[in-house]
Amino acid sequence: MEKTVNLQIQDTKDIDMKKRKMYIRMITASLLRRRSRMIIALLAISIGAMILSGLVTIYIDVPRQMGAQFRSYGANMIVTPDSDRMMPDQVEAVRGLVPDDKLVGIAAYRYETVRVNDRPVMAASADLEQVQKTSPFWLVDGEWPAADGEIMIGKNVARMYNLKPGKRMTCTYAPESETEAGDGETEEVVLDNWVDFTVTAILDTGGKEEDYVYMRTSDMEKLTGEATAYDVCELSVSSGSDELKALSGKISEQVPGVSARLVKRVTESEDTVLSKLQSLVLLVTVVVLALTMICVATTMTAVVAERRKEIGLRKALGASNQSIIAEFMGEGIVLGACGGLLGAILGFLFAQAVSRNVFHSSITLMPWLVPVTILASVLVTGAACMIPIRSATQVDPALVLKGE
Amino acid sequence: MSLLELKNVSKVYGNLHALDHVSLKVEKGEWLAIMGPSGSGKSTMMNIIGALDKATEGEILLDGEDISRKNARALTDIRRDKIGLIFQQFHLVSYLTAVENVMLAQYYHSLPDEKEALEALERVGLADRAKHYPSQLSGGEQQRVCVARALINYPEIILADEPTGNLDEANEEIVVELFRKLHLEGTTLIVVTHNPEVAEVAQRTIVLRNGRVDHEMINENFTGKIKHITLQ
Repeated sequence: MEKTVNLQIQDTKDIDMKKRKMYIRMITASLLRRRSRMIIALLAISIGAMILSGLVTIYIDVPRQMGAQFRSYGANMIVTPDSDRMMPDQVEAVRGLVPDDKLVGIAAYRYETVRVNDRPVMAASADLEQVQKTSPFWLVDGEWPAADGEIMIGKNVARMYNLKPGKRMTCTYAPESETEAGDGETEEVVLDNWVDFTVTAILDTGGKEEDYVYMRTSDMEKLTGEATAYDVCELSVSSGSDELKALSGKISEQVPGVSARLVKRVTESEDTVLSKLQSLVLLVTVVVLALTMICVATTMTAVVAERRKEIGLRKALGASNQSIIAEFMGEGIVLGACGGLLGAILGFLFAQAVSRNVFHSSITLMPWLVPVTILASVLVTGAACMIPIRSATQVDPALVLKGE
Repeated sequence: MSLLELKNVSKVYGNLHALDHVSLKVEKGEWLAIMGPSGSGKSTMMNIIGALDKATEGEILLDGEDISRKNARALTDIRRDKIGLIFQQFHLVSYLTAVENVMLAQYYHSLPDEKEALEALERVGLADRAKHYPSQLSGGEQQRVCVARALINYPEIILADEPTGNLDEANEEIVVELFRKLHLEGTTLIVVTHNPEVAEVAQRTIVLRNGRVDHEMINENFTGKIKHITLQ
């Protein structure tokens, strides 16, 4: 009796389609109807993918996260005028060269010697909102000056004049040009430039800032009677040292009359800590990848082992080794893809949780990491499946069907 | 020319001669039963005829072609194209439905055709159980699915190893009637069995003992007539 199916009249595409349909049907049935087994395999793959994806996210995000952390240690770039002072348009030009997403703060300072109770005190004026960003480590007892006539004084100044927040102090200003000489003796003429301030805060930094008083730029203009110009500009930029070097070079080159330089003690320590941290995360990622492969390979070996009879049956029915490989590999790839997708989602949540707990900030989803995680998961699962699948092709149908 | 011919076939495991210079001829359309006590070599013979195992020596001619020296890949092709296997323990894929189990044999043979697979199930009286999983079928029903799977590709030989070994009497009778029907349609059947009732309905029976053909019986009362048994 001959099989009456006439393959010649069957369109090759139709045959391929029917075979593909049955192939998908078998794989789907195997995955869906052997749920408990497959859930274990899926869990093994997704946990591996989750940790992998999470660690890669952290690895990539560490410089940003740590950059933000490092920024709490103060400015990492200083811009100084080549000659006397910097004008506001130069500061604005410097600001324009720093990408918005990298700039944490930019504070341009003008320093003048003022007098308080006839004793000289160094006064600094700046945009104090920016100072809070470039110097977040400052301990401020009270409120930062928010209006004209408000002043923040260093701890030593406060001690010298016995001042506290809420007290008043008067600053006077005597420019050198107004000092006159007469009868062989130098006589200082104190002009009528003075401003009454309310102390709003005491500054404690453990550094030279404790000898200074800090006021708003408008108050300094009023006190000196001069338009604003700056002695130094501090920048806090969230970037690696290479980027910072490039940026400082660009500023020095493109903004006339100023020079930018890095605060080396900050940038170099940042680099050291970052590279060590990234190496650690990379090492953990590689170890996790290896463990994932072992875990998936073990799971797939167990899956194959419990299906020896089925493999024997398929071989007895005429399945070639290629068919067996294609079927198991198909299952492995689908599991890898599903596990990868699940792992990518869980990995983001894992990285988010780590970031919130360790760095106290959120991470942003990197969409490209989803296909990369799926691909990595498929490759790892495929590689992990190779050994058990090879052993599947060695199954002797006669022995297996006899239950040996 | 015989459809199947074994010439001095032996199978040796260490010092054990599971088959010892066995010769046998099976004609096209014949229904042969192989009997014998445990360890007599029935299963070894079944595996060798079914291209599941290779003989240590001797020739096996299937449709005129010597398959005794074929490699594993060629034997797979022979199993796929020329032999339909029925097992005592059914061996259905647990997560596939009855019709999908039948289609599995089509898938490896040529192309899966659900309509044709349903027709095969109808032939064994299981059209209404096509979407059931093996665990939802009785032993007899599972064995009938195996029969449908074995015949779906119109093999040269249907080889059944203790097909009624796990069945009750009623289901045994149903399966035997299916064999009668297949035989009437011209299918060559080789049935390995312990059960004399199953053997005595075959045209011819050979009895193996210690790896040799001990004797041969011709069923003089063989009619091949089908009893009317409701398969549902």
